[in-house]
Amino acid sequence: MKTPKTPAVSRRTVLAGAGAGAVASAVPLRHGLAATALKVGVLLPRSGGQAQIGIECQYGADVALPILKSEGYPELEFMLGDTETKVDVARAQCERLIDAGAQAIIGCFDSGQTMAAAQVCEQKNIPLIVNIAAVPKLTELGYKWVFRNFPTGPMIVGDAFKNQKKLFGATGATPKTVALLHVNDTFGTSLAGALFALAPRFKMPYKIVEKIPYDPYGRDFSAEVRKVKGAKPDALWAVSRLNDAIAITKELVRQRVDLMGILSTGPGWYENAYLKATGKYGNDVVNLIPWYDENKPMTQKLKAAFKKAHPDLLLTTNQTFTFDACLIAADAFKRAGSTKNTDLQAALRKTNLTNNVGLGHAIKFNEKGQVPYVPCGAVQNRDGDLVVLLPQEAATGKPIWPMRPWRKR
Amino acid sequence: MDFWTLANATVGGLLIGLVYGLSALGLSVIFGVIRIVNFAHGEIMVMGMFFALLMFRWLGLDPLLSVPLAAALMFGFGYVLQLLVVSRVSHLPEHMQFLLLAAIAIMIVSALLLVFGPDAQGVEVDYAWDSFAVGELIIDYPKMFAAIAAVIVASLLLAFFKCTATGKAIRACADNRMGAQVVGLNVSRLYALTFGIGAACLGAAGAIILLLFEVHPYLAPGYTLLAFVIVIIGGLGSLFGALVGGILIGVSEALAAVLFQPSMKTAFSFGLLILILLLRPQGLLGKAVR
Amino acid sequence: MTPVRRFFGPLSRAGLWLGGAFLLLLLLLPWWGSSYIMTVAITVFYLALIGQSWNLMLGFAGLLSIGHALFVGIGAYTAAYLFAAIGLPPVIGVLPAVGLAVLMGLLIGYLGFRFAIGGVYFALLTIAFAEFVRIVIDHVSWLGATEGFFLKVSAADRHGIDLANLRGAPEMYYYLIMALALGALVLCRFLLRSRLGYYWQAIRDDAEAAQALGVNILRYKMYAVAISSGMAGVAGVFYAFYQNSLFPEIVFNIERSIEATLGSIVGGVGTLFGPIFGTFILTPLGEIVTEAIDLLKHWGVIDPQIKLDGLKLLIWGFIVVLIVLFKPKGLWPWVCARLRLTRPEAEG
Repeated sequence: MKTPKTPAVSRRTVLAGAGAGAVASAVPLRHGLAATALKVGVLLPRSGGQAQIGIECQYGADVALPILKSEGYPELEFMLGDTETKVDVARAQCERLIDAGAQAIIGCFDSGQTMAAAQVCEQKNIPLIVNIAAVPKLTELGYKWVFRNFPTGPMIVGDAFKNQKKLFGATGATPKTVALLHVNDTFGTSLAGALFALAPRFKMPYKIVEKIPYDPYGRDFSAEVRKVKGAKPDALWAVSRLNDAIAITKELVRQRVDLMGILSTGPGWYENAYLKATGKYGNDVVNLIPWYDENKPMTQKLKAAFKKAHPDLLLTTNQTFTFDACLIAADAFKRAGSTKNTDLQAALRKTNLTNNVGLGHAIKFNEKGQVPYVPCGAVQNRDGDLVVLLPQEAATGKPIWPMRPWRKR
Repeated sequence: MDFWTLANATVGGLLIGLVYGLSALGLSVIFGVIRIVNFAHGEIMVMGMFFALLMFRWLGLDPLLSVPLAAALMFGFGYVLQLLVVSRVSHLPEHMQFLLLAAIAIMIVSALLLVFGPDAQGVEVDYAWDSFAVGELIIDYPKMFAAIAAVIVASLLLAFFKCTATGKAIRACADNRMGAQVVGLNVSRLYALTFGIGAACLGAAGAIILLLFEVHPYLAPGYTLLAFVIVIIGGLGSLFGALVGGILIGVSEALAAVLFQPSMKTAFSFGLLILILLLRPQGLLGKAVR
Repeated sequence: MTPVRRFFGPLSRAGLWLGGAFLLLLLLLPWWGSSYIMTVAITVFYLALIGQSWNLMLGFAGLLSIGHALFVGIGAYTAAYLFAAIGLPPVIGVLPAVGLAVLMGLLIGYLGFRFAIGGVYFALLTIAFAEFVRIVIDHVSWLGATEGFFLKVSAADRHGIDLANLRGAPEMYYYLIMALALGALVLCRFLLRSRLGYYWQAIRDDAEAAQALGVNILRYKMYAVAISSGMAGVAGVFYAFYQNSLFPEIVFNIERSIEATLGSIVGGVGTLFGPIFGTFILTPLGEIVTEAIDLLKHWGVIDPQIKLDGLKLLIWGFIVVLIVLFKPKGLWPWVCARLRLTRPEAEG
């Protein structure tokens, strides 16, 4: 299953500060599009530090097209944009997509990049359907054109606390101390902030003994992990991206930091690339993240299509939330019956989708454009597979907690 | 902060600092002799990293075994670059030299981008996950091997300048260009040799550093800045100073990371750089030139 | 001589006509250019403004700065913060913004002078300060830290003209940055012909002799530094309100500082029209290369799936190398001589 041949919007950054953001061209689309299709700009980090995740998100959009068609939704036509994992390029590319005729934008996986794209969409009155981005501010600024079916930082952290309690209760192993290691970018800082704001309310059984922010562009994580080791925590709470998650795992093993477990809220630690790179050392990490519901019929369809397209990859949040974003776009387009921006906006506001793949009951946006509650699950890495531990009704296996020590693997 | 955390940080910083030092050596050699600041420093080093990556992919060669090959290749590159291009701007003001090397740097990054793409890529050696312990002190193998390799290459280089006739001739050139010409040394050949040797250092350092970190084209400016900081602190033009500066930066960043915030650690390097520029602009081990 | 004629003194008749026609073309750009061309033109003028500022520091004070992004960034963050926090419109916010940028410039300039740091060492000092400030702002939460600092936007912003709040249609931004860049040109021209300018030239040509004649070198150098960093601060205010989002990683990036230098060096350091001329060559050049690549892809000469991101900068870098090797004094003096744009005795 491949994306139909639409022009990838090429990089158009003049080597310039203003230029990087400013120069978004109005060069006309060079491929004719069917009059009936909704032109959706899919803006993702396809290159740069988050490239692998961005490409995995795209897979979700790719398999969505035939499934949506078979479900009777009107056609979507993708236009691809690459943020290069940079906020200023995200902004420029978003402008360029819209100038080239995009009638809705889906993206951008990363909180900072999505914030930048949201400003453009708001100014140009084009709906932005967020696939993945957790920073709360995104739907707190009074934007009228931003729609997000993804949990905010506080939702992720709140559910993480709840699921941790269940996990500790079920296994009888409760950490007394936890160290927080988080990436110092938009996503990481907003999650860390939520964590400290919510911890007292949930009366967690452990103390957070160390908070270690690290440079998103960092290469060497030995000092960060050494600091974790110095704090002697029972468990590690990580908020990371992909490359840093792999590097941190390596350092944890080398520096022999034995832990009761690793709790991750965010990408990185369950990624296909992570499982491949870390092998046996990637086992037993518990990911407290938004996930999909195996029991939903749409999930089964998506899973089958994805398996066929990418037999060696596991279906993860990246594909499912991008898929759901496409579903939201197609559904709104169907009900709006037109590609006009205000019609789409009105239809999006009335969204009520139950045939999605994500956990939870229905996709309905509140007046801020946010789905009020998007539940998170607990997913554990196990021998190259991902086992759902929580919620109970979607569970596919039992937890291994405390995790197996590094030296005995 | 307990003793062992600090001890581990110090040793880790020391090991990585030696590798940084080797890379900074390349900058220092070129400046010390040709009096040109190589703004394409990090880019040449990243070329070395990509070369070692290819050797690993094609021949399964451990990056450490690629060190001599990477050094030889980059030597050739540097030699030709000096002979054909850089030599032609030696009479121009500093900002034009800067522009030339910055433009070359941009070309290198773009060429790497075209060939290898923007994504981070690395090598996976057998001992990537291993470490050994001395008491509470834990040292991982990749870092230790990298440091040993850096020390060997740096020692060879120092020996070359101390003991061989060519090395002595280059030093003579650095001390007194006119004098060198008077006694019949071929200065432009010696300059090309020097740039080649500086670039070879970078090739070697690049291959070594690939063992530790992944490589992508945009890595380069960061390494250029890092090398500047190191050589200014050690003394621009002083070979031994570059190594000392490397160790100093490695250790101080590691300690800053454990004592303060890891994400603040580079601020300490730049703070140190500003202090040195103001208080001892010739660097810790440099000779006062101005 | 009329004032106009006096201002363009060095320009020959041909130069005046050509320059006038070009200016007219630019003034009418919104009527003939696409929105894409306009955004490129905005970039050109923006970079020309920064280039003028950088040129002033090197050409007039002899200080090589590779940290100009610092002054731009300080201006941008100050004005944006004051606007977001207390609603201070940028038309007033530009004053503290420029003030802080000037203070930072004076600090670096003074340190450089006091400790006799020149040439490459001064360049490194500016880099170090820019990087240091970047990392500090990375950790200042009320400036958004790495999360970025956002100005509120709405669809209404894109219409009309609100110069006080720097909100309006793209055309407004275009004429504003054009006015600022040309204003900087006029200012530089004025300064160069003023008593200050003669002191600068005297210091540049022979600092010791100037000092012997009683010229206070520090003071005159600081004037140049202050004007230069202030101009960059103004550019920063424009940047903040044009972009609406600021990230330390992008605003203070060393690449920004390097690109500030490129136009001037290509055009000709120390010349009046060099920075503007250089930017007018370089920025569109990059765009033309990109367009050419896009076109080749469109015609099927190159597979559209191939990413040729690097190619543009590769060609661009190559051209810069050629300019350094073959026209080291910059393109402007050469073009002037070729097209007889200036009268033989003077170069602008």
